[in-house]
Amino acid sequence: MSTEIQIILLAFLVACALGVSLTKNLFIAVIIFMGYSSIMAVIWLFLESPDLAITEAAVGAGVDSVLFFLTLKKVHILKGTREG
Amino acid sequence: MNHLETNFYEAVSVILFGIGFMNLLLQNNLIKKFIGLNIMDTAVYLFLAAQGYIFGRVAPILTDGVIDASYYVNPIPAGLVLTGIVVSVSITAFSLALVQRLYKHYGSLNMDEIMRLSREEEGE
Amino acid sequence: MKDKKSFWEHLKAWVDGEEVILNADKYIATRTPKESLNWHKFFSVQNVKENKRNYAVLSVGITALFIGIMLSVVDALPEFGSPYNPSNNEVMVRYLEKGIEETGAVNFVAGMILDYRAFDTFGEANVLFLAVMCVVLLLKKDKKNYSAKEEQENQEDDFFDTNEKRPILQIGAKMLAPMVILYGIYVVLNGHLSPGGGFSGGSIIGAGLILYASAYGQKKMQTFFTFKTFTKICAGGLLTYCACKSYSFFTGANHVGYEIPKGIPGNILSAGFILPLNICVGLIVACTMYGFYALFTKGDI
Repeated sequence: MSTEIQIILLAFLVACALGVSLTKNLFIAVIIFMGYSSIMAVIWLFLESPDLAITEAAVGAGVDSVLFFLTLKKVHILKGTREG
Repeated sequence: MNHLETNFYEAVSVILFGIGFMNLLLQNNLIKKFIGLNIMDTAVYLFLAAQGYIFGRVAPILTDGVIDASYYVNPIPAGLVLTGIVVSVSITAFSLALVQRLYKHYGSLNMDEIMRLSREEEGE
Repeated sequence: MKDKKSFWEHLKAWVDGEEVILNADKYIATRTPKESLNWHKFFSVQNVKENKRNYAVLSVGITALFIGIMLSVVDALPEFGSPYNPSNNEVMVRYLEKGIEETGAVNFVAGMILDYRAFDTFGEANVLFLAVMCVVLLLKKDKKNYSAKEEQENQEDDFFDTNEKRPILQIGAKMLAPMVILYGIYVVLNGHLSPGGGFSGGSIIGAGLILYASAYGQKKMQTFFTFKTFTKICAGGLLTYCACKSYSFFTGANHVGYEIPKGIPGNILSAGFILPLNICVGLIVACTMYGFYALFTKGDI
């Protein structure tokens, strides 16, 4: 049972990576990347390394996406900010 | 020598590395290029961590006072990846700062556009 | 450059500082470019990139070839999850069996990265500090790299920060930020007992600070977190780490003649220097994460 769940999660990872590559909207790409990082944190738990899971959840899904969003705001791509 | 179906973690990490590399080569948008770089990073970490996993063993934290190497998974890849994740976030921040400066100067995120404008600037 | 010397003599003189190129810019401007080789003209990256279709086909082909080769390598790798893999060798056995006795840390990963491989982690903390310094170089506000338009945008942002009512975000941040920061402190302090440690706890604290700053604006953050506190905490953390770890230099490789008390494994005050090192790393990481955020929004910490 556990193996099937892991295979589903890995397939989701590949789907997320493809989605990031194929989408045109940068905002959606960053959101998908956030989901990718969260799924990665779950996979670290399956690989029995909880240290990595905590770090990936805080860094990959939290700080990294915040930095991407701030850059999107600075380069005037986000809707609802200036000229977006 | 036929372990492709059991080594699915390594196989997926190789495929993810390929997807990230394709992003890096083919995308024209700088932010997407850096997302691709991040995907490559996580693919390498996945490969390393999969090397340390052993079936039926628990995480490397002392449980029930058992001091026996055949009870825990390998802690070395976890330590390596832990440092790697934090380095990758600093790399991301640095590259995004560079992107902001490029946008300030050229007013564009498109790689070809930036190359064209910089060549015009040099050739003037 | 007039007298005829051999290339190595030139290089030696240059390394010793006896010979410098005066007016280097002028020299570069008058220098005639070398005739490039013929094949270079046909195969330059620019030529390939201009032909969009060829470039796409080429990169897809190279990546497919790479994935194919690597998949065949994965096929030949030893089986996933088997205890007889060559990566699970005697190093791991040593860390797991002697780890508690030698480091006193219940969490083997913390014992590994902060005791056996502490210099590695020190270099890594330095990488973080360097990264935030590079971002300061690139994005810090000063008169020369700041246009009037950006100044106006910044003032508008300040106006919204102080005058706009954002009750959901502000009340949520008021309730959540202390808990997030408290959890981060817990993770840092229990780094040698449970999963976590300096890196994860530090980034959780940084995320809490970011949440608070995004709800209440940078002005309010600056009442207790300025650039001065940032540099003090970062430099203090790195120096403390260095001082804690350099005792190995004075006592020899196996700490001959001087033993740090390890305490009882499982207690919060145990494991020698791992707890203070964790606190140092946590402070550095938290400051770095918040520093990135502050520099990305306002160009000032």
